[in-house]
Amino acid sequence: MKMTGKFLGLAAAFAMSLAGPALAADKVKIGVSIPSATHGWAGGLNYHANVAVDRMEELYPNIDMILVTASDASAQANDLEDLVSVHNVDALVILPFESEPLTDPVRMVKESGAFITVVDRGLSQDGIEDLYVAGNNPELGRVSAEFIKEKLGNKGDIVVLRGIPTVIDEERVDAFMAGIEGTDIKVLDMKHANWNRDDGFEVMQDFLSRFPKIDAVWAQDDDIAIGVIEAVKQAGREDELFILGGAGMKDIIKRVMDGDRLVPADVLYPPAMIATAIELTTLNYVSNAPVTGRFILGAPLVTPENAANYYFPDSPF
Amino acid sequence: MQTMSRKAAAIGFGPFDLKTWGPLLALIGLMVLGTALNTSFLSEGNISNILTRSAFIGIIAVGATFVITAGGIDLSVGAMAAVISGVMIISMNALMNVFDSASLIIACGILLSLALGLLAGAFNGLVTTKGKIEAFIVTLGTMGIFRSLVTYFADGGTLSLDFTIRGAYRPFYYGDILGIPVPVIVFAVVAAIGWVILNRTAFGRHCRAIGSNEAVARYSAVQVNRVKTLTYIVQGLCVSLATIIYVPRLGSASSSTGVLWELEAIAAVIIGGTVLKGGSGRIGGTVIGAIMLTMIGNILNLTDLISNYLNGAVQGVIIIVAVWLQRGGWKNKGQ
Repeated sequence: MKMTGKFLGLAAAFAMSLAGPALAADKVKIGVSIPSATHGWAGGLNYHANVAVDRMEELYPNIDMILVTASDASAQANDLEDLVSVHNVDALVILPFESEPLTDPVRMVKESGAFITVVDRGLSQDGIEDLYVAGNNPELGRVSAEFIKEKLGNKGDIVVLRGIPTVIDEERVDAFMAGIEGTDIKVLDMKHANWNRDDGFEVMQDFLSRFPKIDAVWAQDDDIAIGVIEAVKQAGREDELFILGGAGMKDIIKRVMDGDRLVPADVLYPPAMIATAIELTTLNYVSNAPVTGRFILGAPLVTPENAANYYFPDSPF
Repeated sequence: MQTMSRKAAAIGFGPFDLKTWGPLLALIGLMVLGTALNTSFLSEGNISNILTRSAFIGIIAVGATFVITAGGIDLSVGAMAAVISGVMIISMNALMNVFDSASLIIACGILLSLALGLLAGAFNGLVTTKGKIEAFIVTLGTMGIFRSLVTYFADGGTLSLDFTIRGAYRPFYYGDILGIPVPVIVFAVVAAIGWVILNRTAFGRHCRAIGSNEAVARYSAVQVNRVKTLTYIVQGLCVSLATIIYVPRLGSASSSTGVLWELEAIAAVIIGGTVLKGGSGRIGGTVIGAIMLTMIGNILNLTDLISNYLNGAVQGVIIIVAVWLQRGGWKNKGQ
């Protein structure tokens, strides 16, 4: 009996010594697929994704994360294939480049049995993702419209600088236009500045030479806003207007915090939402907190009073 | 009489020499269109905006004129501008701990920019000539390298110049001499020097000779490899100069800086009458080409007649028409 016990103990120890590496191999693998840092906001996205991946791996030794970045939609589809066939992931966190072309590739990952978290850009079919984490583009447009309405007293001439022609841009602008409907706020013109500083500068220069009176600029994005600020300064027209951007870039948040008259507020659309998605997905494997469903972040207005809460000097964005 | 005018046209003084006057006519046509769409087009402020903006592409395109005349191509210029801007900003920010004087820091930044442009150009040139690899492939490769480097340096985000230096550096873009913006002056000086080198020196002649026929040039004792490498160095230095006036504009560089500048520069060169396969180059035309490209964007911003989604189409049509006018395609009807 004793012998058997000893033998069992040995066997157990032996089994455990085998189980050690086996357990390591059985780590939960979470694939994270995001667009590469091609513009400021995506740069912030990459930063926050890297930070979150490191933090989760350090916190939970049984979690193994594979972060891949892609430069376009088809490269991202290839990444997904690799995540399934090479890494055999248990879960996927994806911020799709575009909704349509990536819906099928994500469904294939789903069919391999993985838990799917979709971030920011929804897929074009319902029911594929287990968890959806997103910022709120229409809300960004609505909050921006509210702020401009209030600041202008429902009356004035404004110009709008749009982003890259995409669904995101449409949703923001449509909600904004709905927000100012019925007021005496007149949109003089809208042009695409592609979420880019140089384009923002040039489009604003042209607006300034075209319109003698502008009361407010809705730049929609903080990169565009940086270009707009310089163009307005160059024309020496800082005193006649104000600029509202969006996203939460540290330079703009700093200006709001310092009470810059030209940039009185900002509307948040944080690239850190990828961290929210990564952490929630990890929770699915390390706790029994239910995480499936939809998680929609707000688009709060950043004012001098609350700006300190949104200021991250270490982020590249 | 007929032979006289044909001869006059051949040496470039005839009234109907389309190669010389075509780009200018297209530019005037574009200006008429702009004025018709919006009278503020001709305002002093707007003209000054157009000329200042065209300086970046224009200066780079002057360099590209040399490369293309000698039968080469450089696709890396946009990415090169981005990486040089990035390194300039990082270094100038770092130098704040070393020097107190902002002008000294800016001087260091400018020298560094020129050195980097020279090195990058020399690399493109040497790999093309000594390595015997097509320029298209070499510069496609360096384009990727430079673009990734700036993304890496910026950690995927944006590199920003420190505010104290930015204040001192601002006049390089926003300043003016006798009412003419600094970038316009730099552009004019670069173009004038480029014209003299291309048209009045042995180096310019050698560029054309190599572009026409490399083998013949080699047998005529032209040092083909050296001249070709030099054209890429000229190109690199032009990119440096453009960068030096670009950085003070927004005081930042990111992975989206200078995207597609290479194609705009090449387009400016071709609109200006230089032949893509080499052999003949026109600096004056290049200048007009660069101004035209900027002007198209400006005119589209001044009107709401055309859907924003069609901007690219309008640009495409104007570029093709401009080159068609210049080649005299409409004169050969029925032939």
